[in-house]
Amino acid sequence: MLEKAINGSKIYWGWIAFLLLLMSIGAACYWQQLSHGLTITGMSRDVTWGFYIAQFTFLVGVAASAVMLVIPKYLHNYQKFGKILILGEFNAVAMVILCLLFIVADLGSPQRLMNVLLHPTPNSVLFWDMVVLNGYLLINILVGWVTLEAERKQVAPPKWIKFFIYLSIPWAVSIHTVTAFLYCGLPGRGYWLTAVLAARFLASAFAAGPAFLILVTYIAKIFTGFDPGKGVLSTLGKTVVYAMCVNLFLLLCEVFTVFYSQIPSHMAHLQYLFVGYHGHGVLVPWMWSAMIMAVVGILILIDPKNREQDNLLIIGCLLIFIGAWIDKGLGMIGGGFVPNPLHEITEYVPSQLELGVSLGIYATGFLVLTILYKVAIGVKQEIE
Amino acid sequence: MKTQRRNFLKIAAMAVLGWGVRPASELMAAGGGTASEGLLFASRHKVHAGPNTLTASRWAMVIDTAKLNEKVMEDIVHTCHSIHNVPTIPGNQNIKWIWETHMDHLFLEDLHEYQPEAGAKSALALCNHCDNPPCVRVCPTKATFQREDGIVMMDFHRCIGCRYCMAGCPYGSRSFNFMDPRKHLETTNPDFPTRTKGVVEKCEFCAERLAEGKMPACVEVSEGALAFGDLADPESEVRKLLAERFSIRRSPTLGTKPCVYYLV
Repeated sequence: MLEKAINGSKIYWGWIAFLLLLMSIGAACYWQQLSHGLTITGMSRDVTWGFYIAQFTFLVGVAASAVMLVIPKYLHNYQKFGKILILGEFNAVAMVILCLLFIVADLGSPQRLMNVLLHPTPNSVLFWDMVVLNGYLLINILVGWVTLEAERKQVAPPKWIKFFIYLSIPWAVSIHTVTAFLYCGLPGRGYWLTAVLAARFLASAFAAGPAFLILVTYIAKIFTGFDPGKGVLSTLGKTVVYAMCVNLFLLLCEVFTVFYSQIPSHMAHLQYLFVGYHGHGVLVPWMWSAMIMAVVGILILIDPKNREQDNLLIIGCLLIFIGAWIDKGLGMIGGGFVPNPLHEITEYVPSQLELGVSLGIYATGFLVLTILYKVAIGVKQEIE
Repeated sequence: MKTQRRNFLKIAAMAVLGWGVRPASELMAAGGGTASEGLLFASRHKVHAGPNTLTASRWAMVIDTAKLNEKVMEDIVHTCHSIHNVPTIPGNQNIKWIWETHMDHLFLEDLHEYQPEAGAKSALALCNHCDNPPCVRVCPTKATFQREDGIVMMDFHRCIGCRYCMAGCPYGSRSFNFMDPRKHLETTNPDFPTRTKGVVEKCEFCAERLAEGKMPACVEVSEGALAFGDLADPESEVRKLLAERFSIRRSPTLGTKPCVYYLV
């Protein structure tokens, strides 16, 4: 089926060339990082995780969108989602690859990466994150490829694949839960030391993931004429808006707990993010933008009539997606380190080279996504 | 052709399987009975003692804040950093094994605003060699491990530079080599390794000196402000000091059980 990826229009090849260009820029920046070390980043002794780990944390969420299609299709027999299910699964593949690339980019000694396998350490959540991420990647490659191949041959998928389809549901939950557990068991980091963190990760994932899926499906529709079927995207939009409401609710639970208890080490991070702390507040405008986008996105999408209109659905999904990205891709990790446990304030802003590496990684992920979508949509159009 | 491909796949699959199983079996072999309190699987490492090695059941340090002054602290920091090849790097990507900081940063929850002098006073911060160390718990490669005598050690050669231990440590006691540290060393002590970029490092209670029968370097130059000894031995100097004077530890509510005590 891969041959579908090498037959394309000029626009397709132009896009591939553009991604390859971005990837080479990223590679050049990463070369700088390899030779000079992580000193090229904006990270410091106090803020030891930055843009890379934040992107990984956010993208784990985007990978989730597949499960929001698998559950209705296979557990509730909602056949409408059948047509875009493959897009969800291939999206998960690309996003998990992005996650893994961001983790590797963040390592100070990437040449020793295999130490995680050579010296498996079950007491480290990072070990389990490695297990669940790679597992989710394999499950989605397997399920996506096997079901697509069956579809092409116009036969029913083999029975054994059902097991992996059902397995992908708890597994998708596990990637968010384990990623949240990376943060929420750490003493002295008040912003993360909360039991609702995993729940919040899931809620924001089930908002941002399907929102992203809706957006790329529209893009695919523009360039290939792929028709997802009537009402599919607006139904998925319902998932987006409900999940974002839950996400905001959990955030408010957090705000209540922190500020009613008045424990300074827990208040400091939220103060830093939303009002500034001792004159430092690099993220304040970002966080408020995120909140406004989330609320406006919810207001647009909560009305079923608006979800039926393509333009409003796109705007609502964009707002919610960007809002979730700022919250998790900027605030969650950076805000957790400021102020540090000694109450000293070191702010973090990603450096240009750091952003260059990230750009290259994103381009790699989109290359994988483009190729997989080209194959999937090609097969769908071939059998029609 | 077909059979060749099948054979190749078979061998490849067995190789992958074998590679996956090997470390797991090692893990099981190491796991039995060595897990310490609070650490599910991270094993405690035995201490290899030579003829002169100073040994203890539980090493601990007592810092008499009354005896600390600028000169003593400067000497301590300088001695530690120079014998351990700790580079002097300007900016916030620096390396610190032991350093001077205000008491109100060290003891956030213990001081109050009506002790202006106590808060402004300086003391030394270093790795607490916790009994229940979060850094050991989170390390994905066992590059950070704990010895049976309580010292939390770093294996510079195994560290992958994920910096999870730095997120886990609630005392800011760890440093990461963002850049090549050797470029920032004026002189090098040939008896101690220098590090490379991309690994984490920290104070190791001078484990290398204890092995030779010497006390930690900071204790030696502290003019009596620092004491070091076996917490399990009621006759040790540290136990006597803790019995006589009032002492506090950093963030005891976090349950890490720090083994650096401050006399106030």
